[in-house]
Amino acid sequence: MGQTISEKIISNHVGKKVYAGELVVSKVDAAMASDTTAPLTIKAFHEMGGKKVFNPNKCAFIIDHAAPSPNERIANLHKMMRDFAKEQGMRLFEIGEGICHQVMVENQYVKPGDIFIGADSHTPTYGALNAFACGVGSTDLAATMMTGKIWLKVPQTIKINCTGKLQAGVTAKDLILFLVGKVTVSGATYQAIEFCGEAFEGLSLASRMTIANMSSEMGAKTGIVHPKGLQLDYDFNPIAPDEDAKYVKTFNFDVSGLEPQVSAPESPDNVHNISNYEGTKINYAFIGTCCNGRLEDLDIAAKILKGKKIHPDVRMIIAPASQRVLLDAMNSGTMNTLIEAGASLITSGCGPCVGTHQGVPADGEVVISAANRNFRGRMGNPNSNIYLGAPSTVAASALDGHITNPKKYLV
Amino acid sequence: MSGVQTNIKAKAHVYGDHIDTDRIIPGKYTKTLDLSTLANHVLEDLDPNFKKIVQQGDILVAGINFGCGSSREQAPLALKQAGISVIIARDFARIFFRNAINIGIPVLEITDHNIQKGAELDVNLKTGIVKDLSTGITYKATKLPDIMIDILNEGGLVNYLTKHGNYSL
Repeated sequence: MGQTISEKIISNHVGKKVYAGELVVSKVDAAMASDTTAPLTIKAFHEMGGKKVFNPNKCAFIIDHAAPSPNERIANLHKMMRDFAKEQGMRLFEIGEGICHQVMVENQYVKPGDIFIGADSHTPTYGALNAFACGVGSTDLAATMMTGKIWLKVPQTIKINCTGKLQAGVTAKDLILFLVGKVTVSGATYQAIEFCGEAFEGLSLASRMTIANMSSEMGAKTGIVHPKGLQLDYDFNPIAPDEDAKYVKTFNFDVSGLEPQVSAPESPDNVHNISNYEGTKINYAFIGTCCNGRLEDLDIAAKILKGKKIHPDVRMIIAPASQRVLLDAMNSGTMNTLIEAGASLITSGCGPCVGTHQGVPADGEVVISAANRNFRGRMGNPNSNIYLGAPSTVAASALDGHITNPKKYLV
Repeated sequence: MSGVQTNIKAKAHVYGDHIDTDRIIPGKYTKTLDLSTLANHVLEDLDPNFKKIVQQGDILVAGINFGCGSSREQAPLALKQAGISVIIARDFARIFFRNAINIGIPVLEITDHNIQKGAELDVNLKTGIVKDLSTGITYKATKLPDIMIDILNEGGLVNYLTKHGNYSL
């Protein structure tokens, strides 16, 4: 019987052919936690009798959610992480090194065909790399770090097939917002997603990460992009589904006519064509996060903002996804362009997206954000409203002072 | 059953669909190991009154996709610390579902419940039978995978692994 990508990867890890619905205890290739989840992970690890992590080269902590520390309470939690990492001989990615998902990919903690467990809900991002990656909470992660294993129900898979090529000025973010709108925030709960078809084949690794990242916004356990067209700077064995693999559901979309998309408050699946919201006044524009803080995202914003100034009633914040992204953007001149246009650069990390510090909106303010979530209160103030869009939409809107279709600046 | 009570008779606090973890406990309060801080801010952007009226042992009831969003285990911890003894929903977001069981708070999926605000419930965790004493309707929860029942019976994953040292199916 044919297998999906998830069934193949899990089978390879448990040493026998398994299919959707089976319960397995699988070995795990690598694991990580951020500063939101690591402190509780450390506590649980000690409480369950953990002495040594299963492989210090395959476990990592990343300080990204509140970096640098905004107060003494969080500073002490960061110290707890540094102390534990040192004691275990595992790597801790310091403040500013980047967002957990970006640094895990850049530093090759995760590769095609791996099973990766991360204590962060956007761990499915590594599906871009043809890996099976799941988000868990702190206690599950502690157990994985101690045992090198996780228990899983092999998920059923939803196939999302997109034919046609995206038009100029329409990006991977528009595509995934459109899909979240169609599948809904609970449409893939407990299930895996496979993204396949022409629309994904030409996408860069960065764009594939944007796609897989928002699998979480459909409730999925993991979201894997078909490896066709995937280019990495090392050799790998792609894992494609069998032709007779069984899917619980298949969606088919022709996306050749897709327009830029916007997700309106206050759920990521409240997605509409941008024309429905054009003209909505904004106060604050944000580009960054594990969804859209990579070089191609900063580049497209710079292309729109080059030689111009953002609207006087708008403030704009840029948080590169990693130090490497920041350095590349500095070397190429992209960062100069953005700052000359009036943007403010903050430390690489999750910052404004998780509402802890570095840019909390005021009461009644409207944000256009390249992030992946717009739940009420997400950015730290329940009395603000968050619209989600592509980095191109964020940049165009920052220029005009209201939500704007970026195509007029790109095509 | 070391950590979990099998019979719970208590008042239900009922909320709607898609209650995300930012509404259960906002991100700005999650960076702490102090559980009372979590309980002080639980559900505050959804129902500021909740923490004033919740009593030890009360039951939380919701619609579909309860606990969607972030992986923060602080969400079920905040509810547990506030006194919630069991959570019933039409269905749960997957990370929240695992987290709740891992910290020893029972979660029951009842896909067709119509439990209303203020209902008095009688929950049998062993059988998964929930009686709505206000309407007389009886519901049956979806059976958990055996490993989750084992984890719950130990009072959570820490106790389970302390006892077994590893997972066993």
